[in-house]
Amino acid sequence: MTNAIEIAVSHQLGAFALAADFTSNGRLTALFGRSGSGKTSLVNIIAGLIRPQRGRIAIDGQVLLDSERGIFVPKHKRRIGYVFQEARLFPHLTVRQNLLYGQWFAPKTDTVGSEIADVLDLLGIGHLLHRHPGRLSGGEKQRVAIGRALLAKPRLLLMDEPLASLDEARKAEILPYIERLRDAFGIPIVYVSHSVAEVARLASNLVVLDQGSVIASGSTIDLMSRPDVPLLSAAPEAGSVLDARILRHEPEHGLSVLETQAGQVQVPHRAQPPGSQLRVRILASDVLISLQPLQGISALNVLSGTIAEIGARRSGGSALEIGIDCNGASLLARLTSKSAAHLGLKPGQSVYAVVKSVSIDGQ
Amino acid sequence: MSDWLSAEEWTAVRLSLLVATTAMVASLPFGIAIAWLLARGRFWGKSLLDAVVHLPLILPPVVTGYLLLIGFGRRGPIGQWLYDWFGIVLSFRWTGAALACAVMGFPLLVRAIRLSIEAVDRKLEDAAGTLGASPAWVFLTVTLPLCLPGILAGMILCFAKAMGEFGATITFVSNIPGETQTLPSAIYTFTQVPNGDAGALRLTLISIAISVAALFASEVLARVIGKRIAVE
Repeated sequence: MTNAIEIAVSHQLGAFALAADFTSNGRLTALFGRSGSGKTSLVNIIAGLIRPQRGRIAIDGQVLLDSERGIFVPKHKRRIGYVFQEARLFPHLTVRQNLLYGQWFAPKTDTVGSEIADVLDLLGIGHLLHRHPGRLSGGEKQRVAIGRALLAKPRLLLMDEPLASLDEARKAEILPYIERLRDAFGIPIVYVSHSVAEVARLASNLVVLDQGSVIASGSTIDLMSRPDVPLLSAAPEAGSVLDARILRHEPEHGLSVLETQAGQVQVPHRAQPPGSQLRVRILASDVLISLQPLQGISALNVLSGTIAEIGARRSGGSALEIGIDCNGASLLARLTSKSAAHLGLKPGQSVYAVVKSVSIDGQ
Repeated sequence: MSDWLSAEEWTAVRLSLLVATTAMVASLPFGIAIAWLLARGRFWGKSLLDAVVHLPLILPPVVTGYLLLIGFGRRGPIGQWLYDWFGIVLSFRWTGAALACAVMGFPLLVRAIRLSIEAVDRKLEDAAGTLGASPAWVFLTVTLPLCLPGILAGMILCFAKAMGEFGATITFVSNIPGETQTLPSAIYTFTQVPNGDAGALRLTLISIAISVAALFASEVLARVIGKRIAVE
């Protein structure tokens, strides 16, 4: 099976060299890295806004760039939707005209009416149609920009930090729309972000960029719990991501019991019925390690496992990250290097991971 | 109005409006094209083109008129070619007056449009490109509408310049009542004859009125358009 997204490009921009090589089959592939790591340059190359010196890009098997064969498909023929950091709505057109702009150029189908209705419904922008972009809030602008890109019927949707220019409340307003977009439309998404929390919540696949190079790529669940990708594991909000299913509710305690590969975890009550799928996130700083099973502690979630990997202490820091293999699932724990030495932790050792709290992503 | 103005004066007013409007409309496509080249193009000789476009602004109008006479007269290289191929005669015709006015107004037209093209956010054009619009469509649906206030300002400047153009016109096409005698030429003629003061004053007032009306119209239009493309 070919990958939906195949990218191998190199490009020199002054002193900055970008050499990115990855493939992905995910519904939402996050390009993660610090600012200045080349994320935006890379999506601009995918969109055709920058022509790289060398490389090959194929989406769904369709070659958009191949410098060796002299192929360069111009941006307006690529059918790659792009949601920019600033919405970039056309100020001289109404919301409705903005939304329909790409439809003039998209391949014609007979389902146009229902597509528009679906997109308006998904993004909740039906009441804005006759306004001008100047009269919209930041969150509304960004939703219209997403709708405009979708209605051009792209084969791939690029989103370059679409939440970066919004405050926390507006971010929380848009995130569920992006989740619905990811799940409801069959369009693969490449999502640029420098926020670990955003990536953990949205991404199925992850590509980590540092100084213009891909330093890790793979499934979000795998990468998030590896102690050897410092960009992720050293972030204050580092943590592992687990797929979970609701096992049962305990209404008398206001709790729900979830089944994960690592074992059962208890979380504050969830509205969904038993059997629903969720994603849980366990922050590395919320995990304690014990060598013996604990008695008489308040934490509800104790998972047993073996130490898989011990990360290195960062220069100037006191903490390190430890990867724990819990029945095949990986859990990331953050301890001081002093405690790690004190307990004499080494790979292969059996331990108990005590989880103070579990945050839940998803509906 | 014809009671107040003599037939000759009325003819001069109508001819001036015709010449200025023709000059403005006919030079607009070229003005947009040259402004685009100067704003966005990267080619050898760009500063030379810029200088040539601006030449009528700094040369004495009489010099421009004389150059037109040499180039576009019946015996001139371009004038002869136009006559042989299209039967077009410019010298001593109102069309020649329009050409002279267009050449004199061209730098003002190009300058205003160029500035507004340079002010258009290229990011919006990129966004239109990713939505599937070819460069020509991007220009027509994004760049041009966003430049509209600048284009309008350029047109009004060009029109006003054409209404007042004197030196190049009189040098190129002379001062023939009914054919090439525009408002300024008519005013000039009045000042050269005895008892011409009243006529000169009447035409001066009309000249002021037309200029003020043009300026006012451009202000109103610019405000309407500006409101529509309220910048985010």
